[in-house]
Amino acid sequence: MKNQNLYNYILGIADNSLILGQRMGELCGHGPSLETDIACTNISLDLFGQVRSYFQYAAKIAGDGRTEDDIAMLRKERDYKNVLLVEQPNTNFAYTLGRQFLFDVYHLAFLKELQKSTDLTLSAIANKCVKEVSYHERFSSDWIKRLGDGTAESKAKMQDAINDLWTYTDELFHQTEADKAMVEEGFGVDVTRLKEAYYTEINQVLEEATLTIPESKYFQKGGKEGIHTEHLGYLLAELQYMQRAYPNMEW
Amino acid sequence: MKGMTTTEQNIDNILVPILEEVSDPEIPVLSIMDMGVVRSAIIINNSVHVEITPTYSGCPAMDVIGDDIKLALKQAGYDSKIELILHPAWTTDWITPRGRKALEDYGIAAPLDADADKDVLLNGKRIVKCTNCQSQNTRLVSQFGSTACKAQFQCDDCQEPFDYFKCLK
Repeated sequence: MKNQNLYNYILGIADNSLILGQRMGELCGHGPSLETDIACTNISLDLFGQVRSYFQYAAKIAGDGRTEDDIAMLRKERDYKNVLLVEQPNTNFAYTLGRQFLFDVYHLAFLKELQKSTDLTLSAIANKCVKEVSYHERFSSDWIKRLGDGTAESKAKMQDAINDLWTYTDELFHQTEADKAMVEEGFGVDVTRLKEAYYTEINQVLEEATLTIPESKYFQKGGKEGIHTEHLGYLLAELQYMQRAYPNMEW
Repeated sequence: MKGMTTTEQNIDNILVPILEEVSDPEIPVLSIMDMGVVRSAIIINNSVHVEITPTYSGCPAMDVIGDDIKLALKQAGYDSKIELILHPAWTTDWITPRGRKALEDYGIAAPLDADADKDVLLNGKRIVKCTNCQSQNTRLVSQFGSTACKAQFQCDDCQEPFDYFKCLK
């Protein structure tokens, strides 16, 4: 493939949305209230829509007859390049929203930079996504404040979730070889430059939510290289079930 | 990529009445033309090339809209090719005045301008007009509604729950 780096780069971006979309989609029919259920599935739908744009573009670059569905459904665990954060399970509502919040703040900053990409398709997709993701970020930060500054119970749960998920935040700013190559070519976003503003914003919301900012300096990474936590395999088993059980089925 | 910066529509006059008959499957009172999703429609050798743009990336209505356009054009004697374009990104500014009225009549509050929208969704300001009794004593129930493009509201005067079409710029 001529554009292997660009292809890998697009998959890296898209897999985050795909896996997080699948996680949020699990809330469909199981949300804590009707409104939040709908909100979570709306977010899921936005993310899947974004994934389609990315994968359609990736399929075009691959140019070997693979479709967006093949890319989404027929890879093995190690071939998914999403960050560890987005594959973490819906342990409880605080984890679900904590994960969403820690990703949304990054996602929005990332897309704002991707809008400036010299690759016109990527910048067009980013232009579209940035509007949607601003809504996600508002929604999740609002919930962090509500739960953090809520009852003793909600505060304790929110704090636990933030403490546990914190360990996956540093990976967002870790650069892969494809990332570096794409930054050099002017297509990609230099994620290392987003880090400082990210933690400033996260800390601001946590403070407003009367939560304690975790001090741990121990961070996990690996997702971007395809080395995942134990949770991804189960998620993929569900995501891919129909295509594996009934190859090439279509709606 | 052509048409990178233009927000203009480029639609052959003869096709306008045909496309106006195609409605948004989620909001049947609204034609796709009033919605502003058709960006161009040009006849080339009796085949129509149509460009549509999604309201939201994940809008499931887009596939149906594409099929409906094909059908409407076929009935009018044209073959067609539908292309989904992402740039320039759709904005609620492209909903026509007639479209806004159709939304309101259907029970969906039309989008406010960007600043007012922010006041409503972030700061709890009560300015969205109830589609049932016109009162502005309304409150946000959820930032996300029955479809990606809407938020849920309730009127505190007549108690009517209704959707508000979020401003997207």
